[in-house]
Order: sequence, then structure tokens, then C-alpha cells
Amino acid sequence: MSDSKTVSPSFEKVQASLAKRYARERRFRAMGLGAILLGLSFVAILFITIIGNGYTAFEQTYLKLPIYLDPQVIDPEGTRDPEVIRQASFRNVVRQPLREMFPEVKGRRDKRLLYKLLSGDAPHEVKERVLDDPSLIGKKVELWLLADDEVDMLVKGHIPRDTLLEGSKAKLVGWVDKLQAEGRIEKRFNALFFTRGDSREPEQAGIAGAVAGSFYTLLVTLLLSFPIGVAAAIYLEEFAPKNRFTDLIEVNINNLAAVPSIVFGLLGLAVFINWFGLPRSAPLVGGLVLTLMTLPTIIIAGRAALKSVPPSIREAALGVGASHMQTITHHVLPLALPGMLTGAIIGMAQALGETAPLLMIGMVAFIVDVPQGPLDPATVLPVQIYLWADSPERAFVERTSAAIMVLLAFLIAMNAVAIILRRRFERRW
Amino acid sequence: MSLIETTMVGEETAGETPAVSRPEQAMQEDLGADFQTVGEIRVDNPAISTTGVQVYYGDKHAIRNVSLDIGRNQVVAMIGPSGCGKSTYLRCLNRMNDTIESCRVEGEILLDGENIYDKAIDVVALRARVGMVFQKPNPFPKSIYDNIAYGPRIHGLAANRTELDEVVERSLKRAGLWEEVKDRLDAPGTGLSGGQQQRLCIARAIAVEPEVVLMDEPASALDPIATARIEELIDELRENYTIAIVTHSMQQAARVSQRTAYFHMGHLVEVGETTQIFTNPRHKLTEDYITGRFG
Amino acid sequence: MQNSLILIVLLLLTALGYHFGRRRALHSVGGAQAIRRLHSLPSYYGLYVVLWAIIPALLVMLLWGLVQDTVLNELIISTLPTEMQSLPPERLGLVVNDIHNLAIGNITSETPSPAIEAAAAHLRSLQATADLARGLVVLAIALAGALFAWRAIAPAMRARNRVESILKGLMVASAMVAILTTIGIVLSVLFESLRFFQKVPVTDFLFGLQWSPQIAIRSDQVGASGAFGAIPLLVGTLLISFIALVVAVPIGLMSAIYLAEYAGPRLRAWAKPVLEVLAGIPTVVYGFFAALTVAPFIREMGESVGLDVSSESALAAGLVMGIMIIPFVSSLSDDVINAVPQSLRDAAYGLGATQSETIRQVILPAALPGIMGGVLLAASRAIGETMIVVMAAGLSANLTVNPLEAVTTVTVQIVTLLVGDQEFDSAKTLAAFALGLLLFLITLSLNIVALRIVRRYREQYD
Repeated sequence: MSDSKTVSPSFEKVQASLAKRYARERRFRAMGLGAILLGLSFVAILFITIIGNGYTAFEQTYLKLPIYLDPQVIDPEGTRDPEVIRQASFRNVVRQPLREMFPEVKGRRDKRLLYKLLSGDAPHEVKERVLDDPSLIGKKVELWLLADDEVDMLVKGHIPRDTLLEGSKAKLVGWVDKLQAEGRIEKRFNALFFTRGDSREPEQAGIAGAVAGSFYTLLVTLLLSFPIGVAAAIYLEEFAPKNRFTDLIEVNINNLAAVPSIVFGLLGLAVFINWFGLPRSAPLVGGLVLTLMTLPTIIIAGRAALKSVPPSIREAALGVGASHMQTITHHVLPLALPGMLTGAIIGMAQALGETAPLLMIGMVAFIVDVPQGPLDPATVLPVQIYLWADSPERAFVERTSAAIMVLLAFLIAMNAVAIILRRRFERRW
Repeated sequence: MSLIETTMVGEETAGETPAVSRPEQAMQEDLGADFQTVGEIRVDNPAISTTGVQVYYGDKHAIRNVSLDIGRNQVVAMIGPSGCGKSTYLRCLNRMNDTIESCRVEGEILLDGENIYDKAIDVVALRARVGMVFQKPNPFPKSIYDNIAYGPRIHGLAANRTELDEVVERSLKRAGLWEEVKDRLDAPGTGLSGGQQQRLCIARAIAVEPEVVLMDEPASALDPIATARIEELIDELRENYTIAIVTHSMQQAARVSQRTAYFHMGHLVEVGETTQIFTNPRHKLTEDYITGRFG
Repeated sequence: MQNSLILIVLLLLTALGYHFGRRRALHSVGGAQAIRRLHSLPSYYGLYVVLWAIIPALLVMLLWGLVQDTVLNELIISTLPTEMQSLPPERLGLVVNDIHNLAIGNITSETPSPAIEAAAAHLRSLQATADLARGLVVLAIALAGALFAWRAIAPAMRARNRVESILKGLMVASAMVAILTTIGIVLSVLFESLRFFQKVPVTDFLFGLQWSPQIAIRSDQVGASGAFGAIPLLVGTLLISFIALVVAVPIGLMSAIYLAEYAGPRLRAWAKPVLEVLAGIPTVVYGFFAALTVAPFIREMGESVGLDVSSESALAAGLVMGIMIIPFVSSLSDDVINAVPQSLRDAAYGLGATQSETIRQVILPAALPGIMGGVLLAASRAIGETMIVVMAAGLSANLTVNPLEAVTTVTVQIVTLLVGDQEFDSAKTLAAFALGLLLFLITLSLNIVALRIVRRYREQYD
């Protein structure tokens, strides 16, 4: 290099351009890294937003009130008959202590606001308590009762005090402060969220109905799509002759995998509901639609699993005189099953997160009761999320996020099972 | 899952069509459609008797007009350069070629006087009578016991567990594997060494009590010591079974077989007593092959 | 009879059928010692009986279930007083609904008239009879099937072959489901679309610039006609999809390149699955994220620079949709980049090209068709995406390409037209199916083109 005579002129040009080229190289690399970091940060932001908004929903605000269980109201005859107690109105029983605690509150509007400290569910709660233990009647007991969603939001700090102070509910802040100072406000684990169905009142709304609906829907999906998918995969991979007809099936499967999910919803509406007359909003119909949607996934995964079983196993079985079907059911299928299961779980995870087609078949109805079977009207977890996301109350934002956390937890668990299954049974031939 | 072993049965065999890239002139000589096999194709009381067998893979004519008898309780070796059709011919004898879609077989293959390509023949029953051992040991990923017991089970050969135990023991003993595995019959068959695996596969094949055992280069994946054991075994098995073996090793053919058939480009060139073929070949191509001029 | 009861009896029947089938097979050759005289293993004879018992019975049960309601409704309507029978179809449907509700003991929409109460009672008794009859017929068919198969058992019967061909038939039927689904999709959207096009001309639908699917309740209402021009929806759909691709393609492609060519094994091992998490998140979560976080954020950003941004801007929906399809683009790009043969890379490096030059000038041009196919697939996914736009995009059909304004999409309109109460005959409802047909055709053609490009690309390097 020191001897300039041996260096060709083109080499000098190369040398001169090197710095620029390396700079470009670095820029390109930085762009690539930037793209990855951007992608990863999207994941992070998404999770942080959801968890940040949602984790508080796992706790709910309760008020401790001294409740006088007036026998005159609850059970005037003194029969202690559960039927009588059930008929009684507990509304005043829970309002009385509020009036006593805040005697300064006068006027109908203010009083109504005062009563709004408690959830509409509070009388029912007290009634259940009395039904459990009728000996409480006539006593004054300190009970923890569910607070209204607005109080809950205030206590959790989701509604800024200032905005509330400016509005018509300014007095609420003062009352809550007083209760808090007396130690009558506490946040407890929100068991209702997991045991209740939907409700218009955020503090009473839970995901039990949606989870049960998702369960029945997925059950139907699994029971139908796994056997059909496996059978179709076996036929296509092991039996089907190479002809136009099988080509047609294959093209169909590949295209179905890419048809927008909402179109499957239209199919479900037109065929299952309007033509077959199956009930609207039922997990059965949802399961049927999701079956058609997940079949391509299961068939494609199933075929890949069958393909990975080496031909020597087939030859071995055929060589001792097993029939084609015996070869498959005794040897090929057991070896391919983990791969097929993995595909099925991934398909089920997709189905669990699916929303749009279920809107089409009426699974968006407002349903309070927890469904007891695949024919009861129901909604599913993602649709519940959609419904809550649409609700104006601030408290529903928190519940929506919490429901998303539950949904994601299910999805992560399912995918983890699929990964473990794949690792555990992966065979190298 | 691993895709290391992706060769399909069909591709593997379909590949055995006349190779053209060999430098030797002899290889490319077309023997012509009316070529007549040299040597005694017929024997007394054959187990399998084939006449005018033609095999096509789609358009490719892989076996051309082969007639050959396989003598009872004899070992017949099939030799020839790779791609000569010897494996294809072997696979016709228990209709393993049925698994390949594009494959078409013509001619007559008689097993005990019955045409095995007859419509009335159940291919499954046929394979119970004509068992097969493959090039690569292919035990099922199950226990040693279950490997052997599989055939008897699907064919209903044992009425109860004791009988099945007897079949397994007898088969393993005949395959010379009993002493090595009798204490670990529940261990997976895939855990055995290569040679043991192949003997397991032989035991599995004979557990069904076939009349004929076809072996497709059974020792090609094994080391010399394991190969020697397999060869001994083949010699012992001759007492009870008829054996047709494809091999790429002339020494092996000379050691284990009574008769040898030489295949070339889909033709059966010459067949005869093994000693005669190796000491006094009649056809030029056989001689070239035996003396190592190609192959 | 209850479904569950029928199924339990059916199961019992099949268990018995298996047992007796097996036994008859064994008896026919004189016991287990002579088992080799049987063509197949005894269990196959049992299975043969089982299949004959259960398949016809289940088929009949299914068919009966599909037809029963329709038949019963016809019967009930025929018993109603004539003035009720002559009601228009929708009203009659309500009446039938009331009768059904009354029959199962639910509340009805109005106090039931005696005629309806009588019909309800009649329906209840009809249902009881029909259910019982169904149970008996199904079980009788199962029994007949089992007996038929059982009598046919003989040593020479090829039970295994028969069982296997039945199983194979079931497999073929399973594989046919894929075809049936496609046919079902095409027929269901096509049929309703044709009815729609009888009310609204195709040209109005395809080329109309106005979308306001209001149908007047009274004929003298303002804007009674309703307008069904799909152009604003298509423009909105394409706008949002375009924004999504602008986000997803560079990020997805660059991350795929970095992971394939630069990243060490450790980064690849965890960055790839984390990015793929994005593909596994349900779209409703993205929709919530878009509406709750991204849209307000963009609005504030816009306000801070003095721009008027709609709170349902196309930008927010498109951005989030872009995030959703990043893993889609990156995994497809990864596939095509890895398919470029090493020899091409070696050639470039051998000439002294830097790594980025190799990628940009050799690998990317070689992989371009494959990447294009991937982008088309991603576009089809974006066009068909529903939940994000339902939750984050607008409802009003603005014909605009300004990403800061609210637009609506085809999928949003399908959802709004079909969710909630609807009559099945109104142009409004049928319009949803016409939009569905449009969507299906667009995504289908994109997919076909994309798959063809990708396949041709693969073949080039195989």
C-alpha cells in the first residue's frame, strides 16, 4: 500500500468511496435495529396500557356501614321464614345508616346523591346475609357493602377530584373523604368480577357469563373441528389421489384461511340462523361458525404433522401386512398427534380471540345470566370486551382492560401449552 | 418437526430408473425389447413364479419383461448396478409398489400358483405371507415386545397373551436377538444398535410366519460385524423361509445365496446357481459387472 | 325424548352391537381357537355393527332436528284462525314467536288471545309427540342397522375392508367440508345480494358516491330513498389499509432483514417470538387500544400543532392496524429472504459489496416478487379486518382521503347494518350482504394473485 505504483487507480477509487459506503452500512443497520425496537416498543406500550388501566379492577371499593336490621321491615311477624325475608325490601335498611351518618344532607336531590354512595346491589347483598343467618334480625351489625362505581373511581383516583368538585356531584367528594377518614372505606379483592354476569352497573359487572359463553363456544368448536380437521388432513395427505378434485379441496382450504372473519359471520347468519333456524346468540351457532374458521388451520397443521412422519414407519407396517388404514391409525397417527394437537390449540386460541363473526350471529346481546349450556343465549369474552369498551362509564374502561388481561392470560396459557407440547414431542428422525 | 427424512417411498424407487450419466459404454447399451434372459429362470416347486413382469412409473419403463422363479427354502440374491430395477422387482413380489400412485405392474406373479395381482387377492393377506425387511432399520417407536407382537396382533395369530409371548420369544430367538434383549423387552426398539434394530425388523417380519421374506439391501446401513450377523441369520432362516434379497454387495450375494439374478437397466440379464454366476458368467454384462468393470 | 337420552341409549346400543358382532364372528368359526379362519380380526366385525347402528341413526336425527321446527310451524299456522293466517309474513312471524314463547312458558309481547293460547297448547302437545316419535324412529333405525350388519356376519365377510371403506368415506366427507364452506359463503352472500340488487341497481351500488342506508319508516319522510353507493366505503377502506401498510411494510420488512441478516442468535431467539405476540393478540384488543390510547394521542398531537383531527380519524385506526400486521409482513418477508440462495450472496460478497449493499442490491431485488406477494396478503388482511375499525373508525361515510378525518369502511358498515334488530327483507339488511360479497371478491382476488406470485417465486429458487 505504501508503494503507490503497485496500487491500481480503481483501488484508489474504492478506497475513497469506502467511508461513505460504511456510513451507509451503519445507517441501514440502524434502521433495521430501529424497526425492531419500534416493533418491540409497540408490544410494550400495548401491554403497559392494558395492564396499567386494568390492574385496579381486581380490587373493588367497599363501604363499612352500621346496618340496623329492623325486624319491623324485614320480618314483622317474626316467622323467620326465608320466603318472607325474600319478599321484604331492604332498600331503606341500607339507606338508613347513610342518613344517620350525614344528618346535614337535606333535599331530595342531595339525598338521592347520598344514596348513590352505595351500589344498587347493596340491599340484595344485605338480604343474602340475613338469609344466611336469620338470627341477625333485630341486631345492628357493621357490614361491608359494595360502593357505587363512581365512589370506586374516586377512591382509586381514576376520576380527578377537581373535575368532580366542579360538577353537580361535588358533595360526593366530601362524603367519601369523611368516610375514608373514619376508616369506613376499603379496597378488597374483586371476587364479583369473576362470579357475575354482565350488568349495566360497572361495579356489579363480571366476566363469568362471558367466560362460560366462551367455554361452550370453544367446546363446540373443538368437538367439531378437531375430528373433522384430522380426518380431512389424513384423507388429503394419505389417501387422496392427485387429481382435479383434491386440488380443488386444497385450493379451497388455502383460500378459506384468508377469507375475512366477518364473511364467516355472514355465512353463519344466512345459513345457520336464517336457513336452519338455529337460535340466535347461542354458543352452538358461534361454535359452528368458528369451526368453519379454524378448520383450515387444523387441516394445514395436521398435514404438516403427517408429512413429518418418516415413510420408513409406513413401510415397516405395510411390510408386516398391516392395511393402509391400520398403518395410519396404529403408527402414523399416534406419531403425528402431538403436532396435530399443537395446531388445534393454536386454532382454538384464534377462535377464542375472534369477535367479528360472533357479532353477526347475535352474540352481542346484553345477557346478565351465566349460560348453562350451548343453547342458552350467551356472549363471549372478546365480545364482552367490545361491549364494555363501548360503554360510556369511566369504570368500564378499567373492567374492559381487566377483561382483556384475562383473555390474554388464557391465550398465553394456550400458546404455552402448544409450545411445550411441540418441544416435548418433537422427534428427530 | 424434522424434515430430514423427506424422501417419499415413491420418489426413492422412481429414482431407480436407468441412469444415463455412467461413463461406461456397456451401461448405455439398450438390450432391446425382445431380450431373452440367459440361464435357468425356472426351478422345481417354486414359491414364487413370475412371468413377463413389466413395471412402469408413469411413462418410465422400469422393469422390462422379467421372468424368474424363486425356489422354496432358497435364498435368491438380486444384484446389479444401482437403478437396474432390482428393488422395484422385489417390491412387486408383495405389492409394496401399490403405495406408489403412478406405478403400474403388468405380467404374472404367482405365489403358490395364485396370481398376486388378481383382483380377488387381499393385499393385506398377501403381505402377511410375503414379509419384507427394508434397507434402513425401521422399528416402530414402541417397545421391542410391541414391535414383534404388532403383526401377530393385527392378523389375529395369537389367541391370548401366553401365545403371543411364545411368538415373540420364538421370533426373537430365530432372529438371534433373544439373548441380547430378553431382559428388556419393554425398552423402546429405537434404542437398540443399528444391527440389533435390523435383526429386530427381521424378527418382526418372521413373527407373522410368512412363507417368503423379501430383503431390500438389509445390511447396507450396517457395519461389517453387524452385517456378518445378518448374513449368518439369513443362512439360518433358509431352513424355514424362502428369501429374496437385493444387495449391492457381490460378496454378500456370493456368501448367502443359492441362486443369483443379475439385473441391468430393467432387464433380468442372467440368472443361475450362485457359484456358476460368480465363476462362469455367460453374459458379457454379467461378466463385466462381476469383474468390477462397472457398477 | 331428550337428545341426551337418545344419545345415551344409542351409545348403549352400539356397545351391545360391538359385543354381539364380535361374538357372532367368533361363533361362526367355532371359537377363538379357529380365529385364523376369520377374514378379519373379530373386533372389526364388532365395529362393522357399530358403524351400521350409529351412522344412519345420527343422520336421521340431524335431519329430523332441522326439519321439525319448520314442519311444526306450518302445522300450527294451519290451525290458526283464517284472519291470522292472512297476516303479512312479518306479523305472522311475530305471532308464531309468541306461540313458541307461550309454549315454553315465557312472557309474550302482548296478552295472548284465546286463539294463540290454544295454539300454544297445541304446539306443546305436537312437540311432545314429535320428540317422542323422533326418539323412537332414531332408535328403531339404529336397531335395524345393527341387526342388518349383524346378520351379514360370516367368516368370509371382509369386515376390515368394509369398516375401512366406511371410515374412508367419513374422511372424504370431512375433506368436503372445506368445499361446502366455500359454496355456503358464496351462496349465502350471493343470494341475498341478488335480492338487494333487485331493489338497488348494481351500478348505483358500485359507482354511487353517497352512502346513507336509511330506509324511511313512513314514505313521506325526508331522505326516504336511502343511498347505497359503495364508493365512499371503498375509499375509506383503502385509505385505512394504505395507512396500515405504510406503517407495517417498512417496519416489518426492516425487522425481518435485521433479524435474518444482522442479528445474533440470541436477539433472534427472543425478538422474533415477542414480535409474533403482536399476531396473537385478538383484534378487539387492538380496537380498544386504538380507541382508548392512540386516537386521543393523535388528536392531542394534532391540536398542539394546530390541526383539527377527528377523534375517529382514519390515521388512528390505520396506525393500529399497521401494528397488527407487522408480524404478518415480517414473517412472510423472512421466508422469502431466506429463500434467496446463498450463492447470490456469495457472489455479491465476493465482489466486495458491503452487507447492506448485498441486501439492497442483490437480496431485495431477488426477493421482491415474494415480498410483493406478502404485501398483497397483508393488504387483504387489512381490508377484511373488522374490530379495529368498528371500534376506532367512524360511522359516517365521508368521501375523503384526508387521514385526519373520520371515514368508514366496508366491514364497519356490515357490522352496523346487521347488529341489532333487523328485518331480513329490508334493503338495509340486504345491503350488508352485498358489501360482504364485495369484500369476499376483493380479498379473494388479492389472495389468489398473492399466492400465485409467492408460489412462482418459490419455484424459481427450488
